[in-house]
Amino acid sequence: MKASRSDRVLRWMAPIAVGIVVVLVWHALVKAFEVPKYIVPSPLLVVETLITDWELLFRSLLITLKITFGAFFMAVLIGTVVAFLFVQSRWIEVSFFPYAVLLQVTPIVAIAPLIIIWVRNPTAALVVCATIIALFPIIANTTLGLRSVNPGLVDLFRMNRASRWQTLTQLRIPSAAPYFFGGLRISSGLALIGAVVAEFVAGTGGTSAGLAYQILQAGFSINIPRLFAALFLITVTGVALFLLMVFLSKLALGNWHESEVVQER
Amino acid sequence: MAAVPVPADPAPVVEVLSADKVYADGTRALHPVDLSIRPGEFVTLLGPSGCGKSTLLKMIANLITPSDGRLRWWRQGFERVGEPGRQLVMVFQDATLMPWARVQKNVRLPLDLAGAARADADARVAEALALVRLTGFERHYPRQLSGGMQMRTSIARALVTDPNLLLMDEPFGALDEITRNRLDADLIQLWWKKHLTVVFVTHSIYEAVFLSTRVVVMSARPGRIVKEVAIGEPHPRTDAFRVTQKFAAYAKELSELLADASARGAIDL
Repeated sequence: MKASRSDRVLRWMAPIAVGIVVVLVWHALVKAFEVPKYIVPSPLLVVETLITDWELLFRSLLITLKITFGAFFMAVLIGTVVAFLFVQSRWIEVSFFPYAVLLQVTPIVAIAPLIIIWVRNPTAALVVCATIIALFPIIANTTLGLRSVNPGLVDLFRMNRASRWQTLTQLRIPSAAPYFFGGLRISSGLALIGAVVAEFVAGTGGTSAGLAYQILQAGFSINIPRLFAALFLITVTGVALFLLMVFLSKLALGNWHESEVVQER
Repeated sequence: MAAVPVPADPAPVVEVLSADKVYADGTRALHPVDLSIRPGEFVTLLGPSGCGKSTLLKMIANLITPSDGRLRWWRQGFERVGEPGRQLVMVFQDATLMPWARVQKNVRLPLDLAGAARADADARVAEALALVRLTGFERHYPRQLSGGMQMRTSIARALVTDPNLLLMDEPFGALDEITRNRLDADLIQLWWKKHLTVVFVTHSIYEAVFLSTRVVVMSARPGRIVKEVAIGEPHPRTDAFRVTQKFAAYAKELSELLADASARGAIDL
């Protein structure tokens, strides 16, 4: 019991220690070689900028978050529906799966101009771009999950004359859950990447400027500390999203699925 | 044939009437088979892999339809199976438990699917768990149980509907010998106590001799019934039966039948 607790503390402390060391070394190097702030700002300056530019950066963060969550939500919704359609019949899957792949492999940068022309509302256009990027893992994983049902259990349900609905809700959906949550983890990260990429390609300034737009602007005006501050916010958002997905997955599968069970030694 | 229970109603539980199975790709899994299972029997289908014993069992479970011939359950079609006194259940090769559900919910599944009232269902689950000596494990998840306990959970799930006919497809094949012997002994007690009719698939000669009132010896390529051997040892049997001359003689007879059949099969090839 004691060993496992110290193990858990180590799990948190070790990466934090690495982070502190990296920041200290970064600070020392910048000071020692007198690196100008328009090349690499010191970590202290980045924090300072984060505080002084907070209003601007926070507004942009909210915009990026809005697009990320909008895209993630749409990807989960559409992806799940598509996966359910795919498992209804082999023919639907065989006919449409190549197009899901097509959507996945087409570089979003190449079709973003089209989407901007088609979708008038700029925020909606960005959400569409990010959704396209985040969609595929949900479709692929959920389809696989819905198909990965223990054949013995299928027979058991059949022998008990289970209805289609009972088989779906009590067998297929629980069986698919671990795969679905795996898809969520990948897709949440992709939604953020999609939001940033879409902003780079199609982002607008003014009140609807996201973090990517701030990075672009900071780059143009050689405001490198602000660029670092915006970058820092994106990174923190990505980590927070990942942790949120890990937490959700633990919440749903923690009691039974191997991937979430800590092996006792 | 000493204390084998003599049923008041001699109508067979299952009749297999020259049923065979040829798969779509032309593979013949089973030659036409005739088999009749009487109430209270413990019939074992014994044979090497590929002899169609699982196919035959799944036909009896109505999970596979015969290519030709037919089956009857209690002298009727399958649509009347499930009525009182015509309850058919199956235990699979592995425990096939739902990993996301606790033992309680796993065992209650057949009742839940049938829409049984919760309180009544829970009482029957407790009864079934007591029969397989798993009382106290209701709140466990399958992964927290040993292989033998998972299998007993699976058996409890089969018993919860109070079945008349119990089909078992190599249920203990994946377990170690000690656990298997233990479960065999438990199973034979259950069969005796609950007046079940059992059809049991195995490739273990010793398991077949120990359990059965009748062994149906099958051979592979193509799958067919070679011979039926009645095991004339009174019930309920205990582990002492395993070390008797009689047991050894039956084991010898069955293994000779199997060897003979496979030799003939080799010439067919």
